[in-house]
Amino acid sequence: MASAAAEAPGASVPPRNRKSVTGTRRTVAVLFLLPALVLLGALVVYPIGYSLVRSFGNQAGDGFAGFDNYKALFTDDGIRTALKNNVIWVIFAPTVATALGLIFAVLTERVSWGTAFKLVVFMPMAISMLASGIIFRLVYDQDPHKGVANAVWVGIHDTFVSSSAFPNAHPGRESPLKADKGGFITSTTVHTGQTVVLPLVGVAPDQMPDGAKKAVAAKAEPGKITGTTWQDFTRGKGVGKLGGVDPSELGYGGMKIEAVKDGKVVASTKAAGDGTFTLPAKADGAQLRLPAGNFKAPYNGVEWLGPSLVTPAIIGSYVWMWAGFAMVLIAAGLASVPRELLEAARVDGANEWQVFRRVTVPLLAPVLAVVAVTLMINVLKIFDLVFIIAPGSSQDDANVLALELYRKGFSEDQPGVASAISVFLLLLVIPVMLFNVRRLRREVRR
Amino acid sequence: MRSTSSTHRTRTTVRTAAVVAAGALTLSLAACGGGGDKSDDSKSSSPSETAGTVTLPKLDGASLEVAAVWTGDEQKNFKTVLAEFEKRTGAKVTFVPAQDPIINFLGSKVAGGQPPDIAMLPQPGAIKQAVDKKWAKPLGADALAELQKNYSQGWQDIGKVGGKQYGVYYKAANKSLIWYNAKVFENAGAKEPKTWQELLKTAQTIYDSGVTPFNVAGADGWPLTDWFENVYLSQAGPEKYDALAQHKIKWTDPSVKEALTTLAQIWGKKAYIAGGQNGALQTEFPASVTQTFTGGDQPKGAMVYEGDFAQVNIQQTKAKVGTDAKVFPFPAVGSTSPVVSGGDAAVILKDSKAAQALATFLASPDAATIQAKLGGYLSPNKNVPDSAYPNAVQRTIAKALIAAGDDFRFDMSDQAPQSFGGTPGKGEWKDLQDFLKNPTNIAGTQAQLEKDAAAAYASGS
Repeated sequence: MASAAAEAPGASVPPRNRKSVTGTRRTVAVLFLLPALVLLGALVVYPIGYSLVRSFGNQAGDGFAGFDNYKALFTDDGIRTALKNNVIWVIFAPTVATALGLIFAVLTERVSWGTAFKLVVFMPMAISMLASGIIFRLVYDQDPHKGVANAVWVGIHDTFVSSSAFPNAHPGRESPLKADKGGFITSTTVHTGQTVVLPLVGVAPDQMPDGAKKAVAAKAEPGKITGTTWQDFTRGKGVGKLGGVDPSELGYGGMKIEAVKDGKVVASTKAAGDGTFTLPAKADGAQLRLPAGNFKAPYNGVEWLGPSLVTPAIIGSYVWMWAGFAMVLIAAGLASVPRELLEAARVDGANEWQVFRRVTVPLLAPVLAVVAVTLMINVLKIFDLVFIIAPGSSQDDANVLALELYRKGFSEDQPGVASAISVFLLLLVIPVMLFNVRRLRREVRR
Repeated sequence: MRSTSSTHRTRTTVRTAAVVAAGALTLSLAACGGGGDKSDDSKSSSPSETAGTVTLPKLDGASLEVAAVWTGDEQKNFKTVLAEFEKRTGAKVTFVPAQDPIINFLGSKVAGGQPPDIAMLPQPGAIKQAVDKKWAKPLGADALAELQKNYSQGWQDIGKVGGKQYGVYYKAANKSLIWYNAKVFENAGAKEPKTWQELLKTAQTIYDSGVTPFNVAGADGWPLTDWFENVYLSQAGPEKYDALAQHKIKWTDPSVKEALTTLAQIWGKKAYIAGGQNGALQTEFPASVTQTFTGGDQPKGAMVYEGDFAQVNIQQTKAKVGTDAKVFPFPAVGSTSPVVSGGDAAVILKDSKAAQALATFLASPDAATIQAKLGGYLSPNKNVPDSAYPNAVQRTIAKALIAAGDDFRFDMSDQAPQSFGGTPGKGEWKDLQDFLKNPTNIAGTQAQLEKDAAAAYASGS
């Protein structure tokens, strides 16, 4: 395909003489063709024929199953998802790859280091599908420390939305606090002259804010409400004194505290580094709340390989690989576009966009079609990227026909259904193939 | 899910282990170098230590082929055992590396008229299939005698088909273990739990200390089926376990509901699972182990459930098994702790004096002792001395396995038809993944499990 497409646009083939030049007899010709025919027959025609036969056989292969396997093809949920995904693949992957290839090809024509750029874009083609699958498995890793996609995404997100200081903090046993609107609230009301304890547990030591100091029990002050909020957990000892400040426990410096009366916030403050806080007299008779803002979990990025995004994510990796291929073919086509036409258009006052849209693209249309069709055939049989990138939990959602063929044939021991899928795939490829063969013939005739 | 470390590794190597390829490659290369030296040592020293408990015929000129899916060190260590056999009998033994599922691999070998003399089959179902297809040959008198001398009744019985002994369980796996980060436990002041209630309390203590208690490998389906099997075996008892494994009771049974409800006490708490449920569903088994033992005293999760073969993954971290990485038996949910196991059985496919002799040798403590010394291996052979195991952890695991006597149960999903119990994204694997995603949906999970099980058991594939 590749070479045919590359030659397609300009290469002219000398008209062939129908009659043999040397006057070889038919039998001799057949004799010379025989090895090739035998090989073709054994390696291509026979497997196709046998798959066809097998697709009508039952699971064990010793009986006739009629159209049962084909019925399974359109009733099995797994195969239906695979079919749907294949349609998505066939529509999007070739289109995006060709479009990107076109853009790259046109742009690289006009820069001096175009060859270097082309080389870089083409490089992924030199990597096997398996290897690039592994690469993208890492790129899409959920953990922002490992997956570069999420690292970028989380980085952008965190620049605009700050994360909270105390994720995971929660009340321990017999706590005076109860959950409230994502935060925590005291179950009783507080009064002036009282000291309040707001103990929580569960903040990892390395996530404690830098200003955190050893917690101190607050002293009662007349006319004010005082208290401490701290991590009621001693390393190696559990909570220590329950609801009391132990020597090595750390204060929650910077924790926001609100006094709530009848659902309205009447006063608010922030805890000092040692976890102590003071509220004015107007908070008398209120409940103290640690609002949800304190406890927001850190943003974890996008689930690239989750059920909903897995197919687009894998298509992305495919485009990364094949945009270079499209670019090289289109660039070759572009080289044979007569410069005079572009010049003429420019002289006539067309701007660059118009030249691109009205001259370059129409002239390149045959090449673009060949590239898109080649990619389409390639995409129909896509297997390795999906098999490697999709984690087991979303493999079902990322399923494509070739993968389902493999699963049915080799891990579920359903060779009949697998053969039916392969025949179906063949049927899907045939029209695209015919299109390409016709194109080729037309090119040859020209 | 599959029963042995090797099968786990082969399945995961392709996809996940490869993901950590860059780092792991150098590690495994180094490991291979070390392993080579080790096996050379034992080759020269083993005869004097192990000569003796089994008498083998002279087989000069005979040649044998043994097929197994083992790779890496496991394969190298097994070859050491085969070398010992060669030395004692004069026969020549060739190791044939096979692919998973081995039964399909053997199918093509048999169809080609070249079956190996002996194959290592990882599931009771595979042995039955081999017998049904008339590939397997029963054990001879010598091998049988050796087997009966060294194996408990339970381990003999799972190698039987139709009352005849076909399989010698050469290698076992103990899948009722929870590995934990010792430093986290120390910081939190947590203790090794003995019961499920204590496990929940321990989890809470660890959560209070600021560390997520569990790593769950939800991206792979099989660790989830193993979780379920341990809870179910301990809670519903061995009889129900067997009945469910054979699909004699339905998955809609109340006992399944109870087991799922129990599981949801951990799976249902987002805070208990590293990354939450969605994060767990993206975590492959190797990662679930390594992230328990990396990150100092702030790992992503403090405990990880899986069998003895998790050691292989622990060795990829800096943690030392026995000091940094410790292990406790799966806590008792019902009255006793469960022991769920797996194993590989040697089955004769081409009957000959030499093949019988090798089966006899593999049933003897001599063979098992050699491989036990090399590490990463458990034998169901009760006459293998404890001292053969290279470290305390391995010894504990082996003891627990032998002590279970006949009360152990073979991995349930390994006994199920492959399309239900052994296919990524299908059947039990998928259903439990969906359950992990939505742990309140117990009835729906049961219905889906029953639907998938009914279809798979009916077609028998």
